[in-house]
Amino acid sequence: MGRRQDLKSVFVIGSGPITIGQACEFDYSGTQALKALKEEGLRVILLNSNPATIMTDPEFADLTYIEPLTPEVAAEVIGRERPDALLPTLGGQTALNLAIELAENGTLERFGVELIGASLAAIKKAEDRDMFRQAMLKIGLDLPASVIARSTEQAEHAVEKLGLPVIIRPSRTLGGTGGALARDHAEFRDKVERGLTSSPSHEVLIEESIAGWKEFELEVMRDRADNVVIICSIENLDPMGVHTGDSITVAPAQTLTDKEYQIMRDAAQRIIREIGVDTGGSNIQFAIHPETGRMVVIEMNPRVSRSSALASKATGFPIAKIAARLAVGYRLDELPNDITRKTPACFEPTIDYVVTKIPRFAFEKFRDAADELGPQMKSVGEAMAIGRTFKESLQKALRSLEIDSFGLESPNGAGLKGLPRAAILERLRTPSSRRLYYVADALRLGVSVEEVCAESRIDPWFVRSVAEIVEVERELSAAGLPAKERLREVKGMGFSDRRIGELTGAGEIKVAHYRRRLEVKPVFKTVDTCAAEFQAFTPYLYSAYEGEDESRPSSRRKIMILGGGPNRIGQGIEFDYCCVHASLALREAGYETIMVNCNPETVSTDYDVSDRLYFEPLTFEDVSAILEVERPEGVIVQFGGQTPLKLAGSLARAGARILGTSPDAIDRAEDRERFNALVQTLNLKQPRGMLARNAQEALDGAASIGYPVLIRPSYVLGGRAMEVIWDEKGLKAYVTQALMASETRPLLVDRYLEGAVEVDVDAIADGERVVIGGMMEHVEPAGIHSGDSACVLPPRSLTSALLAELSRWTKLLARELGVVGLINVQYAIFHDEVYVLEVNPRASRTVPFVSKAIGVPLAKLAALVMIGRKLSSLGFTEERIPRHISVKESVFPFSRFPGVDPLLGPEMKSTGEVMGIDDSFAPAFARAQTAALTPLPREGTVFLSVRDADKSRIESLASGLSRTGFHLVATEGTARYLRALGFACKTVNKVAQGSPHVVDLIRSGKIAMVVNTPEATGAVDSASIRRTALERRVPYFTTIAGAQAAAEAIAALKQRSLSVRSLQDYHRE
Amino acid sequence: MKDGARTKRAMLALADGRVFTGYAFGAVGEAVGEMVFNTAMTGYQEVLTDPSYCGQLVCMTYPEIGNVGVNEDDAESARIYVEGLIVKECWRAPSNWRSRMSLDEYLERSNVVGIEGIDTRALVRHIREHGAQQGVVSSIDLDPVSLVAKAKAAPSIVGCDLVRRVTCEAAYDWELGEWELAGGFKRVSPEEMRNRPRVIAIDYGIKRNILRRLTAAGFRVRVVPAFATAQEILAQGPDAIFLSNGPGDPEAVDYARDAVAALLGKRPIFGICLGHQILALALGGKTYKLAFGHHGANHPVLDLKTGRVEITSQNHGFAADEASLRGLAELSHVNLNDRTIEGLRGLGSPFFTVQYHPEASPGPHDADYLFRRFYRLTELFARYGAQALERLQSEQ
Repeated sequence: MGRRQDLKSVFVIGSGPITIGQACEFDYSGTQALKALKEEGLRVILLNSNPATIMTDPEFADLTYIEPLTPEVAAEVIGRERPDALLPTLGGQTALNLAIELAENGTLERFGVELIGASLAAIKKAEDRDMFRQAMLKIGLDLPASVIARSTEQAEHAVEKLGLPVIIRPSRTLGGTGGALARDHAEFRDKVERGLTSSPSHEVLIEESIAGWKEFELEVMRDRADNVVIICSIENLDPMGVHTGDSITVAPAQTLTDKEYQIMRDAAQRIIREIGVDTGGSNIQFAIHPETGRMVVIEMNPRVSRSSALASKATGFPIAKIAARLAVGYRLDELPNDITRKTPACFEPTIDYVVTKIPRFAFEKFRDAADELGPQMKSVGEAMAIGRTFKESLQKALRSLEIDSFGLESPNGAGLKGLPRAAILERLRTPSSRRLYYVADALRLGVSVEEVCAESRIDPWFVRSVAEIVEVERELSAAGLPAKERLREVKGMGFSDRRIGELTGAGEIKVAHYRRRLEVKPVFKTVDTCAAEFQAFTPYLYSAYEGEDESRPSSRRKIMILGGGPNRIGQGIEFDYCCVHASLALREAGYETIMVNCNPETVSTDYDVSDRLYFEPLTFEDVSAILEVERPEGVIVQFGGQTPLKLAGSLARAGARILGTSPDAIDRAEDRERFNALVQTLNLKQPRGMLARNAQEALDGAASIGYPVLIRPSYVLGGRAMEVIWDEKGLKAYVTQALMASETRPLLVDRYLEGAVEVDVDAIADGERVVIGGMMEHVEPAGIHSGDSACVLPPRSLTSALLAELSRWTKLLARELGVVGLINVQYAIFHDEVYVLEVNPRASRTVPFVSKAIGVPLAKLAALVMIGRKLSSLGFTEERIPRHISVKESVFPFSRFPGVDPLLGPEMKSTGEVMGIDDSFAPAFARAQTAALTPLPREGTVFLSVRDADKSRIESLASGLSRTGFHLVATEGTARYLRALGFACKTVNKVAQGSPHVVDLIRSGKIAMVVNTPEATGAVDSASIRRTALERRVPYFTTIAGAQAAAEAIAALKQRSLSVRSLQDYHRE
Repeated sequence: MKDGARTKRAMLALADGRVFTGYAFGAVGEAVGEMVFNTAMTGYQEVLTDPSYCGQLVCMTYPEIGNVGVNEDDAESARIYVEGLIVKECWRAPSNWRSRMSLDEYLERSNVVGIEGIDTRALVRHIREHGAQQGVVSSIDLDPVSLVAKAKAAPSIVGCDLVRRVTCEAAYDWELGEWELAGGFKRVSPEEMRNRPRVIAIDYGIKRNILRRLTAAGFRVRVVPAFATAQEILAQGPDAIFLSNGPGDPEAVDYARDAVAALLGKRPIFGICLGHQILALALGGKTYKLAFGHHGANHPVLDLKTGRVEITSQNHGFAADEASLRGLAELSHVNLNDRTIEGLRGLGSPFFTVQYHPEASPGPHDADYLFRRFYRLTELFARYGAQALERLQSEQ
C-alpha cells in the first residue's frame, strides 16, 4: 500500500499544558509523530498551547500554532491552512476531545478534513461508556456489571441493584478525574454529584467494584490491512482500585500462563477490531479475578497514552512514530524495525529483562490532601527502571524516584515499628504513595507473606519478591559486607551501594571501594525488541550485574548529558526540553551524545534523540558506572534541573569534567553565605536576610529583619516548604515542622517585599560575553512562586532605566560567576529599587518559553557555548526584544486534591504552563487564560472579596469590570468600600453569616468570575469560596494584579476576536 | 523464601568451549543436547512438554521463569521432553490460580536438569553468532574441561532420527476439544464424534493442542505411530490425514517420507512443522539446517495470497529449501524476518502445510483458521476430489 498519495498536509493537535494525567508523554509521542510525518514529506500543521514542549519547536512542524486548544481556534487554524487530514490520536484525551467537537460541530466536514487514525465513530464507541459496553457484550466479552446515570435519581436507582461498594466514573475526563470508590451511601451521593459535574457529557458510570482484582494492560497496534500486534503487556502491582497512572506497573505481565495471556490477547484483537480503530495504537485494560481467573474488560483508549509511552520505552518499539506512519497509509510489514533494521515492525516485541515503573507523587506540596490512592490519578511523574529480574528493576526504580530512597527503607525512619497490629494491617490495606515501603516493613516485623497479600491484595508473586529483598537486607545487617560472589548476587538484586552501606554500617563510600576492589561492576545490556535474536543497531542500554557487556563505547568525541529524572512539581518538561536541545545541538556539532535519564515519559529517553541512551537512575553510583565505561570528554549537568546539579560535585571529584559553569560557581550561587558575599562584592542589593541553623536563630533573625519574612530551607527547587510568615507565632509553627523535615539544612529567612514586582531574567554567557535572552515581568506580586506566576515578555510596566539596571546586574553576576551556559536571575522591584532574590547558574524553567518568545534556541546555544563556541560565532550577541508580547500562564492540579485550598504562595504548585502571543498584553493574556483551561467570561457577575491591604487598589479593577458590563457583588466590607467609591455593588453573605451565602451563589452558577484576595493570616475562612469556584470551573483570581490583568484581557476580548498566527510567522519579524 | 535454592552449583558447557556457571534446580544430574533458545515470554510448561524439543537443551530468554508454576492442563504431552532447562531465575513459589506445583518440583519429579543464574542473554548472543551446537548441563560434573569434551563428543542432531524416540507406541483416539477459562477442555460425546469426518494424525511427536484444535474444528481424530505405512493408514478409511510436528532432522525420518509420498493426492493432507518438512521431502524437495532455528512466539509470517501477516509460534531448527520445491508446490507463506519458507500448497494435490505452529500453545492464535480451512478442504474433497484445493482457494 505505502503512503497515501492523496494526503499532502496533516493537522496535529497536541495535549496542551502538563497536568496530572496528561504529561510530557504526549510531547514524546507528538514529537515522534511530527518527525515521522515530516520525513514522509507531508506539510504538518501543529496546534498546541504548551511552549515547554519539543514538539512546538518551530522546526518540528511547518506551521506551529501556540494557541488555546479550543474548537474556535482549531477551526480557524483549519480554515487558514486547509489540511487534508486531522490526526487526533497523539495528543492525549485533550486532542481526542477537541477532534470530537470539530467533527460534531461540522468543522471537519466544512473544510473537507479527514479524521485519520481513528474515525469519529470509533472514538465515540471507545469513549462513550454505554456504547463501549454494548460493543464488548456484542463480541462476547465480560465486563463489570454497571449502569449509566445522568442524574442523582438514576444513580440512586442503580446502586440499589449493584450494592455497595461501587466505583463512580464520570464520562470523558482525563486521567479519571472525578472517578472514585464509594463505600457507603453518604460517600456515594457526594461522589455521584461530583462526577456529574466534572463530566463534560454530564454522565457517570456506576460500576460493580472489582477492587482487589489483578490489573493488566495491553498495548495494541493495528494497520489498514487489519494486521494487529500486541506491543507490550503490563501488569499492575497495585491491584484494581488504584488508577493505573498511580500504580506500580511491571512489563511484561508476570503472573499469567500462556493460556490466560492468549485469551487476553485474543480479546484485545477483537476489541480493537470491533471498536474500529483503523490504524495506530490503543491501550486496553483488563482485570482478572485472582482466584477464579474471570477476566473483565475495563476500558480502551483509542489513542496513544501514558502507557504506550511506557511500553515504547520498555520494549524499544516506537509506538507513536509507527502509529503516525500507519495513519498515513503504511502497513506494519512495510515499516522496518528501527532497532534490528533487517526485520519488519510487524511483529511482537519480546523482552529479556523486567521493567518497573513507579509513580512520583507530590502530596508534600498539598498539605491538606490525604495520601490515599484511588481511581483518580494523583501522581505528577514517574520513573522507570530496567533490570534482569523484577527485584533488580524494582530497586533501581525506587532509587530513580529521587525521594531520598535507595532501596526499601523503613518509611520515615522508624517505619511501622511499635504500631499495633491493626494499624499495620490498615497501612497495607490502604493504597498510598508509601504502600510498598509498608509492605516491606510489615514483612520485616514478621507479618507473613500470606497476610500481606490478603490485606493489600497485591499478588503473592510481588510480595514474595519484596520478601526476598527483605531477607537479603537481614543477611546484610547480620553478616556485614558479603564476599565477592555473594556481593555480585546482592547487587544483581538491585541493592545500591548506599543501601548496602546503610544495612552493613559500612557506608556508601566504603561499599563502593570494596566493590571496585573485588571488581564487582555492572555490565550494560541492550534493549533490542527481540531478546538478542537479531543484531541491534541502536545503543539503548541498561545496567545489570551479569557476565557479558554489550556497551561497546566508541572512540568518538563525546559528551554525556544528565537528564532530570521523574517529573515533579518544580522540575518538569522544561528541563527535558533543555536536555534534548543540548543533545541535538551537540550532535549537529559533530559530537556523539550520551543521554542518561530514567523518566519514560520524556523525549530525551527516545533512543532516536541521542547517539546513545542509558536508561538508568540518576544517582552517583549509577552515573559513575556509565562514566567509567563511556569516558566522555565532558558531562552536562546544568540542563536537567536540580537532579543532575546535585551530582556535579561528586562526579567532578570522581574525575568527570563538568562542562560549562563550574560546580564551584553553582555552589557560590546556591550556598547562602557565599551568595551574600557575592552580592556584596558586586555592590548589588538583596532583601535583608539571614541563615538560621536552629529555631532560636530563626526567631531572633526574623525579629531583627521585621515581619513579614519569607522563609525556606536552602537548596530546594520549586520553593519547597517556602512560606511567607507574618508573625512570631507563625514562625514558631513553621520552624518546628521545617527543621524536622530538613535536619542538616539551614533555613533562609528573608525580608518579604510585599507587593513588589518580580522579574525573571534568562541570559546566556560564553565566559566573555553575556547576552540577555529575555526579561519576564511577573503578573502576580512577589510572594508567589515564579513558577506559578503568570509573566510577560517583554516587561510591560518597567522603565527603561530599570530594565537597563536589570541587564547590567545580570551581566555582572554572570561574569563574576564565570558562567558558561545559561543563567537565570530573579529580581524584585520594590519602591523603584532593584533587589536580587536568587541566581541560578543553570537552565531555568523559563528557557523554552523565552526561546519561543524571542525565536532563539537558547538551550542549543548554551550547549555549544559549553563546548567552547563563542556567542559571536553563533550570531547571538545582543538581546532580542520581540515586537509581539508573550504571556506565560501556569496550570494547577488543585482539582485532583479535594479539600486543598487552591491558593498560590511561595511554594510552587503548578504542573504546567501555556503561552499566549499577541501584539499587546491584554489579548496575549486572554489567550493564555483560555489556554490555561479557564476561559474568561465576557459578561455576568463578578464576586469580589479583598483583604484590607488591597482595598486601595480595587478601584481601577472595579471600574474596568463595570465598564466592560459586569455586575459586581461583594461581601459586606468590600461592598461598602465599593459603594463608597460610587460603584453599584450588591452584598452577599460570607459563609459564616449563613445561607444564602457566596458559596451558594457560586454553586448555583450565578457568578462568572471570582476575585478573592485573602487576609494573610485568615486564608482558611475563604478557602471554601476558592474551592467551590475551582470545582464549578469559575475563573478565580487571588491577587489584585491577576484580576486586573484579567479585566484588561476581557475588555480586549470584547473589542475584537482573536485571530491565529503561527510561531514561524512571528519569528519572521 | 527460596528453600534450598541456589546452593548447588551447576555448569553449562558448549561444544565450542564456552562455559557458563550457575546454580542447579530441578533434578541433580547431567543432560546433553543441542543448545537452543526460545524467545516466548509465556508458556514455559508447554515448551518443556513439546516433544519437538527432544534432544535439545532449551534456554528461555525471558529471565523470570516459573512464576506461574505448572498445572495439568498446560502440558503438551505426557512428559517433559526438553533435555535440560537454562534460565536466568527460577521461581520456586509460583503464583497463579491454576498452579498445582512449582517448576522446580516438576523438573525434579521428571528427572530433568535445570540451571539458573545464567547470563542467558550472553548465551543467546553466543548461539546467534556461533550457531546452534551441542551442549551439556551438569550439576554432578563441574569440571569445564571435561564438560566441554562431553559436549564435543555428543552426536549432532543432523541425521539423527529423534521421531522414533517420541512417537506413540500404538494408535489411539482423541476426544478433547478447546480449553476454556471456566471448565477446562471440552469433551466431545461419542455420539457427536460418530458423525464427524475422520482424520488420521501421524504422530511424529504431536502436541496435544494440535489434537484439540483438530477436534474443535470438527474432526474425529485418531492418532497413529510415525511408523504407520500408507497402506495401514488408508486401511482405516480416513477422510483426511494430518502430519504432526516433531523433533530433529526430517531427512532422518525416511519411513515417514515414504508413507507421505504414497498418501499424496489420495486424501487431503495438512502438515505442521516436521510434518511440513516431511511432506516437502516426499514431494522431492530438500531441507536444510538453520543457523539457530526459530523458537518463539512472535515471528511474523506473511500470507502471500491475502497479504495479511500472522504473528506465529515457531519451533524448528530445519527448513524446507525453496529452490528445491519450485514446480513441486506453491509457496503460500513466508517468514518476514528472514524470508524462509513458512507454508506450501499443493499444485493439483489437495494438501497445505505450514512450518509454524497454528495450534500455538504457547503463542498467539492468529493462524488458528488453518484448522477450519483443513476441515473445509476435507468437506470439499469428499465432493470434488482432486479439485478440492482449487475450490477452497476460490472460496477464500
